[in-house]
Amino acid sequence: MSSDSRFTPKILGIICNWCCYGGADLCGVSRFQYPPHIRLIRVMCSARADLRHIFEAFLNGADGMFVGGCHLDDCHYITHGNYEAISMVRLAGKLLEHIGVNPKRLRIEWVSAGEGIRFANIMNEFSAEIEKLGPLGKSEGFEGPALMPRIGTVANLIPYIKMSKRDKLALHLRDNPTAYDELYTQKEINQLLSEVPSFEIDKDKCQACMICLKKCPVDAIVGGKKLVHFISQDKCIKCGTCLAACPPRFGAIRKTSEVDPINCTAV
Amino acid sequence: MLNQEMEMLCQTLQAGEFGDVMVVGGGISGIQAALDLGTAGFKVYLVDRAPTIGGHMAQLDKTFPSNDCSMCIESPKFVECNRHPNIEMMTYSEVEKVEGQAGAFKVTLLKKPRYIQEDKCTGCTVCVEYCPVTYPDQFNQEISRNKAIHIYFAQAIPLKPYIDQSCLYLKDNKCGICKSVCKTNAIDFNQTAEKVEVRVGAIILAPGFEPFDRRLRDDYHYGEYANVVTSMDYERLLCATGPYEGEILRASDGKHPRRIAWIQCVGSRRVTPGDNSYCSAVCCTYTQKQVILTKDHDAEARCAIFHNDIRAHGKDFERFFQRAEKLPDVRFIRGYASVARQDPQTRNVFVRYATPVQGVKEEEFDMVVLSVGLTPLAGHEKLADTFGIELNAHGFCQIEPFNPMRTSRPGVFVSGAFQGPVDIPESVMTASGAGSQCGQLLSYRRGKLARERVYPEERDVSQEEPRIGVYVCHCGANIGRIVNVPSTVAYALSLPGVVHAEENLFICSTEAAAMLAKDIKERGLNRVVVAACTPRTHEPLFRDTLREAGINQYYYDMANIREHCSWVHSKEKEAATAKAKDIIRMSVARARFLQPLREFDLPVDKRALVVGGGLAGLTAALSIAEQGHEVHLVEKDAQLGGMARRIKYTLEGADVQGYLRELIRRVHQNPLIHLYTKATVLEAKGYVGNFNTKVQSDRGVLEIRHGATVIAVGADVYSPSEYLYGQDQRVLTNLELEEKLAGGDQAVLGAESVVMIQCVGCRNQDRNYCSRICCGHSVKNALKLKELNPRASVYILFRDMRTYGFREDYYREASSQDVKFIRYQPEAPPRVEAMQEDGRSFLRISVKDHILDQDLAMDADLLALAAAVVPPAGAKEVSQMFKVSLGADGFFQEAHVKLRPVDFGAEGVYLCGAAHYPKHISESISQAYGAAGRVLTLLANETVVASGSVCAVDEHKCIGCQACAVACAFGAIEMAETKQGQKARVIPVLCKGDGLCNTKCPTGAIQLKHYTDEELLGQIKAGLRDRA
Repeated sequence: MSSDSRFTPKILGIICNWCCYGGADLCGVSRFQYPPHIRLIRVMCSARADLRHIFEAFLNGADGMFVGGCHLDDCHYITHGNYEAISMVRLAGKLLEHIGVNPKRLRIEWVSAGEGIRFANIMNEFSAEIEKLGPLGKSEGFEGPALMPRIGTVANLIPYIKMSKRDKLALHLRDNPTAYDELYTQKEINQLLSEVPSFEIDKDKCQACMICLKKCPVDAIVGGKKLVHFISQDKCIKCGTCLAACPPRFGAIRKTSEVDPINCTAV
Repeated sequence: MLNQEMEMLCQTLQAGEFGDVMVVGGGISGIQAALDLGTAGFKVYLVDRAPTIGGHMAQLDKTFPSNDCSMCIESPKFVECNRHPNIEMMTYSEVEKVEGQAGAFKVTLLKKPRYIQEDKCTGCTVCVEYCPVTYPDQFNQEISRNKAIHIYFAQAIPLKPYIDQSCLYLKDNKCGICKSVCKTNAIDFNQTAEKVEVRVGAIILAPGFEPFDRRLRDDYHYGEYANVVTSMDYERLLCATGPYEGEILRASDGKHPRRIAWIQCVGSRRVTPGDNSYCSAVCCTYTQKQVILTKDHDAEARCAIFHNDIRAHGKDFERFFQRAEKLPDVRFIRGYASVARQDPQTRNVFVRYATPVQGVKEEEFDMVVLSVGLTPLAGHEKLADTFGIELNAHGFCQIEPFNPMRTSRPGVFVSGAFQGPVDIPESVMTASGAGSQCGQLLSYRRGKLARERVYPEERDVSQEEPRIGVYVCHCGANIGRIVNVPSTVAYALSLPGVVHAEENLFICSTEAAAMLAKDIKERGLNRVVVAACTPRTHEPLFRDTLREAGINQYYYDMANIREHCSWVHSKEKEAATAKAKDIIRMSVARARFLQPLREFDLPVDKRALVVGGGLAGLTAALSIAEQGHEVHLVEKDAQLGGMARRIKYTLEGADVQGYLRELIRRVHQNPLIHLYTKATVLEAKGYVGNFNTKVQSDRGVLEIRHGATVIAVGADVYSPSEYLYGQDQRVLTNLELEEKLAGGDQAVLGAESVVMIQCVGCRNQDRNYCSRICCGHSVKNALKLKELNPRASVYILFRDMRTYGFREDYYREASSQDVKFIRYQPEAPPRVEAMQEDGRSFLRISVKDHILDQDLAMDADLLALAAAVVPPAGAKEVSQMFKVSLGADGFFQEAHVKLRPVDFGAEGVYLCGAAHYPKHISESISQAYGAAGRVLTLLANETVVASGSVCAVDEHKCIGCQACAVACAFGAIEMAETKQGQKARVIPVLCKGDGLCNTKCPTGAIQLKHYTDEELLGQIKAGLRDRA
């Protein structure tokens, strides 16, 4: 839609009701100006911003993604959810970097409801940054939509990533919040994505008992009574519920390792 | 009988101005009192002489010690007052006359003319834009200018302009431009002041304070030197809504000041004419806040604070002071300072101050801030006359020693800074406390005048296809001038699911709301999107409209095209229009997925449990019981009274034991109070309105059901390990000294020399807080010693004397009675030796005097230690059982340090007394009444409403991984065994709807309703694809 001469970035923001949204409101009340590139979504806590939201945003054509919350230790909830938000965003950043997306396209900031000017400053800076980077993929050296399948692959692995990084995602580094920047290493992400498990049903062992089929949270197992089951790999989220459910005397489910689903290494 | 009469009276008078309580003063204290009473079933009139409610708190930039944005935390309370069915606001009104007595007052008010018909005015502010007259803006401390017609400040309630007397039309019958530009003909120059009579049963006075007016004295050259400002001016300079949009600028040249000085105690702690003898209690900490914020604004700023004692006596204040003190280029300089002169060229200001080493010095600053104290409000004498109450010697309200909310006139209560200089949390506590006492007085008529909204039954539309109505607001010109509204309406009609779209000049007006409700019914709309301003202020209004139209209120979404669009892209009309379309599309996409949610009514058990039978617990229990509720009072000792049993009299001389005996007698005699002594809480279960607590006591083990809980477990005294305490009998704690003094102990009364050491066991690494009460306590003992034995020498070795508020007078009195105050440094604490010389046995206390720069030695017969107040034993167990938190120092942590000082984060649990933080007796009593007032806001209602936006689990998708349960700090998720294995289950009443669990769940089994993945992904996709 935009003319070739001038790139208009598409930026999406997910911001918390209590602080950042209030800051954005005050920014408006104070008439501080910023470029009209961002579209904001209100959630109750920045911790509601999900890995999935970030990847879906990029899959749907976002050039930049913003998460905004209360200042650390100012969370409206006793959960201190903004610590969880920053951990999630740092993980997402490393994952993006791994598949070749410039992690600068994803940003998390704290804005209190009294900091209208801070919201405007951040919007100005971030917009300029994304404008400089150009459309998603351009500064990363990808032609056209070549990046999308990679983003899609990681998006599909989110349940597995959430399970694998569960403890780190819940870390509250209240004494040293800057440590989040180093919390996830590229090596760790390499390992995470090279150890993606895969579950398969050995058709010779399967007794078509329907136990795993019933328990699969995403209905990825196809089959029926007396109909040997198989796992639809498109739907499978690699949670391992089937493996745990399959009676040991049958032992029909195998866990194997997928070979590098991204098929790339860090750029 | 009385009840029946009352009911008849209420019916006959319902049409007139008749209510239960009038709250005079709409600052934070008055607001809190009104909200509490309104929620507890009373009809309240909230009166303010300003054009809006808000008071001084609205002018502050941030609040200490959390540096919360002041307006952001206060303004939601404005909206709450405005929408409360039981609160009627009367702004721009003054009380003229009060007749009658407790239970039946007739109050005459004068409603000043705003020259605006409020029912017609939409608040569009076009008139403000066109008004040609500017005059100094009072809200901005007259630093900037505003129009003769203006809204007092952006969040004012009512959000309607008023015309100031500087108006040309009012002065000379000229102009009238505003009248011609007003589209709704709301301007009415013929308005005159109107007399209104209101009948109420009780009155709460919360008129606040006035910042000390330096203009009264010229020695600081305020008003003469452009770069000398008061701390209140400085608040506005710091504030983003202030005169320079949050830039700190000098009035003389508009430049940023680099070198800034603060002079403390301006107008306070001095007996010179025009000054006040008391300590204003808040200035030390607000100055530290301003220093921290100044350094935030400009890291290069160089700050100097000229101070006397640092009074960091409040919760977390000590740490706050350390934070300020540790900042680079910040100097705290102890000593008297004055403004010497200004440089006529640069207009820089020279401060003259005395130093112990270098003598008198002069230093140049770019700006000087006078940390002005709190004084009684202007016209306090007239106010006292009007209300028939007495004032104290300082011009504040005369209050009772054991009930700081009670004035000299029955039925008239006082809260907030009219009691004396207090900070925001104390103003809020005493507001709730005054509210509770109105409740005690008027318990018989509770609920008689209270209104409850009645809504039609909801139409079930869940099976229908979405039929979305989109309403795009012009907001006068606020949106329409930038965004092409008609084109967004046309666009909205093209979106899937939208069956109706239209534009409106003001969608928030009462007429528009009626039209919207009609549309919902007649056009069969089942979803509504309003594209206008922010949901943070207006969502409740529209949700209410949906309820009135008979559809579920959660079928509503708000597209913020004002704050997030027209106001921030005002120079890019096309792009702003395109963005407005996108925002609307996102809202419509979300609306398609919205589901009806049920807010559930939980029944409320009408009984309360009070844990702790000290002064605070007893007071709270009695206040609750006297409002007709059963109370279970649990005390760990065999006797009631707690720490107060050991205190004989207060600093002011009031008889504590006499009061305590009377209080205990009343508690024993109250049939609604069930007493459990030698009691321990074994287990606490349940949630707001429905608790179930197991208590072991001398009555055996009992399960108590109750709707509210008050934690009043008090505090303990530190047992010193220093200064020979426990080794030498002549070394006592302050409390022990007091007991011996009262008991007529001969060794004590005969002592020729007594030394007291302050800050024993606190303000150190182990306990990084000030125990607040010890300075007053030592002064009290010193005065008593002098009274009983005038020849005794008394020395008080201190770090900072923290006799805040009116206690300062007693500090001065002690000094004038020759009690010697010697400051010591924490690096060189006093040393104590037991000595034998010439057959005489005594204690030798040596300390370095920093002013004289030499070691002093005092030979004492007695040494009293100001031992720290420490958190109570068992605080941790209590906190875990009742799911409430403890702060860093081990005291109980309130829900919000400023605005919810007696609530816990856990709903239905309240806090009072020294368990919260060390407190003087009067302060504990205030907070106890406050807790009772808050308890009544819950217990006065049959049910408590819980939000529908809570989490729910799709059990089929749940793999039982517990990630959600671990993440939920509210304990709202439990793991249940099912045939399909472990599954997470949400306890909806405990869920606070933050949605953290949702993002933890690998399978999306747990979803936060109203913010489901489906709804959010719908918005994400709509926000990125097909951008307009």
